[in-house]
Amino acid sequence: MLIDFFLHLKARKLPVSTREYLNLLDGLRQHVCGQSLEEFYYWSRICLIKDESLYDRYDQAFGEYFKGVTELPGLAQELPEEWLKAAARKYLSPEEQARLEKLGWDKLMETLRQRLEEQKERHQGGSKWIGTGGSSPFGNNGTHPEGIRIGGDSAGNRSAVKVWEQREFRNLDDQVQLGTRNIKVALRRLRRFARDGAAQELDLDGTIAATARNAGWLDLMMRPERHNSVKVLLFLDVGGSMDDHVKVCEELFSACRSEFKHLEYFYFHNCVYESVWRDSRRRHSERTALADVIHRYGPDYKLIFVGDATMSPYEIMHPHGSIEHMNAEPGAAWLRRLLDAYPAAAWLNPEPERLWEYRQSIGLIRQLVAERMYPMTLDGLTRAMRALSRKH
Amino acid sequence: MSRSQPQLRFEGSKDYIATPDLMLAVNAAINLQRPLLIKGEPGTGKTMLAEEVAAALGLPLLQWHVKSTTKAQQGLYEYDAVSRLRDSQLGDDRVRNISNYIVKGVLWQAFEAEQPTVVLIDEIDKADIEFPNDLLRELDRMEFHVYETRELVRARHRPIVFITSNNEKELPDAFLRRCFFHYIRFPDKETMQRIVDVHFPGIRQALLNEALEVFFGLRDVPGLKKKPSTSELIDWLKLLVAEEIPAEALHSKDGKVSMPPLAGALLKNEQDMHLFERLVFMARNNR
Repeated sequence: MLIDFFLHLKARKLPVSTREYLNLLDGLRQHVCGQSLEEFYYWSRICLIKDESLYDRYDQAFGEYFKGVTELPGLAQELPEEWLKAAARKYLSPEEQARLEKLGWDKLMETLRQRLEEQKERHQGGSKWIGTGGSSPFGNNGTHPEGIRIGGDSAGNRSAVKVWEQREFRNLDDQVQLGTRNIKVALRRLRRFARDGAAQELDLDGTIAATARNAGWLDLMMRPERHNSVKVLLFLDVGGSMDDHVKVCEELFSACRSEFKHLEYFYFHNCVYESVWRDSRRRHSERTALADVIHRYGPDYKLIFVGDATMSPYEIMHPHGSIEHMNAEPGAAWLRRLLDAYPAAAWLNPEPERLWEYRQSIGLIRQLVAERMYPMTLDGLTRAMRALSRKH
Repeated sequence: MSRSQPQLRFEGSKDYIATPDLMLAVNAAINLQRPLLIKGEPGTGKTMLAEEVAAALGLPLLQWHVKSTTKAQQGLYEYDAVSRLRDSQLGDDRVRNISNYIVKGVLWQAFEAEQPTVVLIDEIDKADIEFPNDLLRELDRMEFHVYETRELVRARHRPIVFITSNNEKELPDAFLRRCFFHYIRFPDKETMQRIVDVHFPGIRQALLNEALEVFFGLRDVPGLKKKPSTSELIDWLKLLVAEEIPAEALHSKDGKVSMPPLAGALLKNEQDMHLFERLVFMARNNR
């Protein structure tokens, strides 16, 4: 029973497991949900789908399956009518059932549409109009085997679009929310736990050992709490061609902020020169000399650049090449200084990897960072974090 | 672990409006005795659900609020080795029995309770990534082993377990497979009306209509970092009622666009506030 439905979900790349499927059947056996297709829709979602970002895919799969089934002759008997019928048998005589079965799926939907147009006010009881009670196929608490439950408590004038066809979770499926979370999980590879700071935690093993050494007299030992000690220095390219990538950069940035306790960030435009800034609004008045950055933050910081590295090669290679000011030394010199100061470095590029070889400036930067440029995809991020956490 | 206990059903309560799909999820969790994982936007009443279910069914509620430092073991029991050590220094007789120093956690209390209980594991995503994995057997079989006293604690009645998550971390698949899952959707305008009615039965209809309009309009402003949620709406209404702001004040008179009064209750983020002020300003200039 329902095996095809289960396999269909699996084929639609929904992560469902046998165990959950058995739960689903168990729930049906124990009458967790009523007889309507809508309740079945909710029940199987509760049971099988464990992430709201998959809700939309589930809605589509469910729609495909239950539409498909009724369109294919022969299969129609299998699902979910089987359990619908079992439930209906309790309430209806065989003749009534046969009569109701004559009304096929398409007909049912067609009639439903018509009646919705005809019906203007709330209705209760009776056998034709949509409402509560009664044996009309539409509405709440009806006894029609193919009944479709409409809306919440009042079936009155609300539109009767099937829940899964409204696809209300479509916007949960976009990558925004998923993005930040996935990014965080990828960044977590960079965790390195260490104990430093104030001793606040009781070291039980140490206490026992010390007490034993003390001939049984209690000797409390404390130790600092364990926390992520990775330090990150983040340089973000802003403005110009980076405007296309603002969203993904924002996500990365917010993920970084919550993931690393020691995070220092600076902005630059196209290429790093003698100074960077922290606040875009005051970028011209409050700048930090790059030399100061290098002196202040030790070599144990991991250096991460975020930028598309798309610019004129002059901006990298030549003095006075910057498009914003007269730079005495070329960007490449400053970039090299940074890379010398911080052995662990990576450049994340939001441009798709396949475009890299067509841009001269990207090639130059890749050379400068010794091929440690990674695309800003989940996979690229994972690779970058792995490279950064290697011993240097 | 008796399956013959009387069928409990949750139908919402006078303080809590539950949508039909939420009720189905809760009742499935109750009847099939599996944990129910609840997600949803902040402020949609995830934590309140457990409290309301416990109150509606007349069962005791045991809460376990998870923090970033919480370990799974703490929900089962903790061995207070330090006080045992101290007692041994003082020559206390209690020291001979190790079970005097086992401190029972929330799950143990629930397992040995005389009647079924409701257990709330709040914000499970705050804990370490391994936390849910450490609770697999406990939540599945509803039993665990106490190493210090070599006893097996098994639930007399499987508790009704609610777990809330704010999506800060991915939960492991093995854990998810053992739970039922429900995502509390942001309520639509009608449900919202019912929620407000429950909280402020006396609120004047005109004020409420205007307020809901402003509220849903605000949720539609693009680019807000934190959209106002149900609990913020309720706070805001409280303020409006307390300040006796007339309904007309919420209405933009003669087409003039203005900030809604007491907007600070709805927008909690100064960037959002700035963005909104800017939009209001731009809208005004366009006229």
